[in-house]
Amino acid sequence: MLQVRNVSGGYDHKLIVKNVSFEVGKGEMLGILGPNGSGKSTLLKVISGILHMAAGEVLIEGKSLRSHSSKELAKKMAVLPQLHSHAFSHSVRDTIALGRYPHQSGLFSSWSVGDETAVIEAMQLTAMERYEHQMLDLLSGGEQQRVFVAQALAQQAPLLLLDEPTNHLDIAHQKQLLDTIKTQAIEKGITIISVFHDINLASLYCDRLLLMDQGEVQVIGAPHEVVKKDQIESVYQARISTNPHPERPKPQITILPDVNEKRNDELITSENFQVTAELVVFQAETQLKTWSSAVINAGSGWYKNFVNRRVDASYACDNVQEEMLEYLADNGFSEADTVGMMTAVKTTDAVIKEYDTPFGSIVIMVTAGVGNAVDVSRTHEVEMLPAIGTINTWIIVNGELSDEAFIQSVITATESKTKALAFEQVKDPRTGTIATGTSTDSVLIAATQKGTHIPYAGPITEIGKKIGFGVYECTVEAIQVYKKAKGWE
Amino acid sequence: MSKALIGYILSIIALLVAIWLGVSVGSVKVPISTLWDTGADAIATNIVWKIRMPRVVLAGLVGASLAIAGAAFQGLLKNPLADPYTLGVSSGASVGAVATLFFGISVPFLGIFTLPVFSMIGALVTMLLVITFAKLVDRSMKMETIILTGIIFSSFLGSVISLMIALTGEELRQIIGWLLGSVSMRGWSFVQMALPFVVIGTILLWLNRRELNAMLFGEERAKHLGVNVKKRKMMILIGGSMLTGTAVAVSGTIGFVGLVVPHMTRLLFGSDNRHVLPLSFINGAALLIICDLVSRTIISPTELPIGVITAFIGAPVFAFIFFRQRKKGGI
Repeated sequence: MLQVRNVSGGYDHKLIVKNVSFEVGKGEMLGILGPNGSGKSTLLKVISGILHMAAGEVLIEGKSLRSHSSKELAKKMAVLPQLHSHAFSHSVRDTIALGRYPHQSGLFSSWSVGDETAVIEAMQLTAMERYEHQMLDLLSGGEQQRVFVAQALAQQAPLLLLDEPTNHLDIAHQKQLLDTIKTQAIEKGITIISVFHDINLASLYCDRLLLMDQGEVQVIGAPHEVVKKDQIESVYQARISTNPHPERPKPQITILPDVNEKRNDELITSENFQVTAELVVFQAETQLKTWSSAVINAGSGWYKNFVNRRVDASYACDNVQEEMLEYLADNGFSEADTVGMMTAVKTTDAVIKEYDTPFGSIVIMVTAGVGNAVDVSRTHEVEMLPAIGTINTWIIVNGELSDEAFIQSVITATESKTKALAFEQVKDPRTGTIATGTSTDSVLIAATQKGTHIPYAGPITEIGKKIGFGVYECTVEAIQVYKKAKGWE
Repeated sequence: MSKALIGYILSIIALLVAIWLGVSVGSVKVPISTLWDTGADAIATNIVWKIRMPRVVLAGLVGASLAIAGAAFQGLLKNPLADPYTLGVSSGASVGAVATLFFGISVPFLGIFTLPVFSMIGALVTMLLVITFAKLVDRSMKMETIILTGIIFSSFLGSVISLMIALTGEELRQIIGWLLGSVSMRGWSFVQMALPFVVIGTILLWLNRRELNAMLFGEERAKHLGVNVKKRKMMILIGGSMLTGTAVAVSGTIGFVGLVVPHMTRLLFGSDNRHVLPLSFINGAALLIICDLVSRTIISPTELPIGVITAFIGAPVFAFIFFRQRKKGGI
């Protein structure tokens, strides 16, 4: 669709874009990224013919850009510049209708059915129909931007160039605008090239990205090839981290600030635990980075209250999460700050121990109810209904855990829990074999993310050794307490 | 009925009324029927055909020219305060005209058109200089920048005219009166002199009505919409300068018509240039015919220069537009 070959260009005596080459296929959406002054807008202006092209050539459908007349070019290429001001008031309809200019010719150039259809369709796509007779200057910035999108769409050009289309728009309008444009690319095969400031939006919506640095192409490729930590950090000169988008297979970035906030260097100890008749509560001064399979706020996040709530063996509720949230709120724990778990075990039977390590201590809490123990290797043999009885394991670390270390901690903790069950000869009543856990076990790893950096937490690392031993010791003790309470021993 | 259609009907009625008043009112009251009544009083016929009618037609042509030129300049520069007078283009045209008289220039094949042609050249050159200078000062060409540049050029060109008049002694003194703007005692020859250029200039602008709409959103935007900006801009500049030059050549400097008329037209009938241009043309004619009527009757038998009347109306409108634009935070 569009071929850019060794293009250099810019303002009068200064080349801003140097030797840029790329191709865009029909129906493809290409995002141009780069720091301020990297020449991304300039590149767009050179491609659209506004700025001088000092060298190279641009081909649209195999035909040189320069060989098109103004009107021919406008039929093939629509451009949406950044928001602009205007001196006179135009109605929304008149403004959109200007997009039909290249399709009209002759002295009186009457308005054809095709013109009318294009304008109406453009208004529908941008949801501007109800503003049709309003004056442009009475609309908000976001609505005005939509009018210009509609104008560009009314042009019905197979190629659409956009310069930071989401500038000044709130997130709802950003999404709406990009959804509309992307849908055009998918349904009508319109080719789109857009300059973006926002790396995350570009990664999310574009098929390919072009990263510019100092007027040259640094890299061009699929979002996951371009949005890489090292690459973005070196081009933008900013510390970032990348993470996956929750719904789409596209990378997203997060800025890592370099601000020295007042740090709370207080260490976590078993003193942070409080045990009441209903709750085992751990409260930290500042948020801890947490990974868990809890009822409330599972997954990863930053929390400072950790609640293990005792519920009756007869506890039954249709919506456990809602009931739990209500309960937490009634007890003064806000949802935003709290991870919540449930157990049927008496809270006073919780085993809480602190283990010293060379880098700082770790605190482990275990509540174990093994009435519902299962042998995971045999569960496929027997039909089982969910039942009460859970082992909840918490590991709280004074240190900075990497992502790997979080997951390895979970593995290590699980393995030692299983070993503890074996030691205590806890059996799956249905199969008569040694149990590996219960059907509803939960685990929580929380770290202060201060102090020593801990890259790994496998069984032979310093922290792995402590977790392995600690979880084993605490679980064994918790099972013994449970057995005693049940009168099994 | 659309706003524009109402606009055309009202504007044409206004023009007919203006012509009727222009022809019949004066020191001698003459019935309008004299125009077509072959058996009418000979003196009345003379007054109407030799004095009033050419005057009304000339005022109409000048008003129409200035108004449509103003509308086009405003669209081209995206500047609601632009008009041949505020941009200094009228002064440029005056220099052209005065220089023609001063140096006694006569180009054989131009004949009676020598004066308007040189006036037009003066207008075009000034316009180009004003735009170039304003662009050098401030690339975004803010409203104030252009108007200030217009003032700078007006003042400078005004002094050039004064210098030429001073150098000639008595001969060109009469020019001073002409400079203030008047359509009195011109006769049909002036109508003849102006008419072809008014027609050509108007057509040039009218051909660009849709392009002007696109250019309201900026030259870059217009280019993306498929407008051949360079060519269209030149057409508009030449058309506007032609109309301004002609108006100045036949009537001197009459200010603010090009500002007031398009502005009122937009306010009443919308800012679509497809209608603003023709409506400004009609209303400009009507307004100047009325202004001329007022100028010759208000302190009769003495005549006020017509520029005095237009400035009296125009300056407050100028202030009002300026105020409103600043309030709007636009531009």
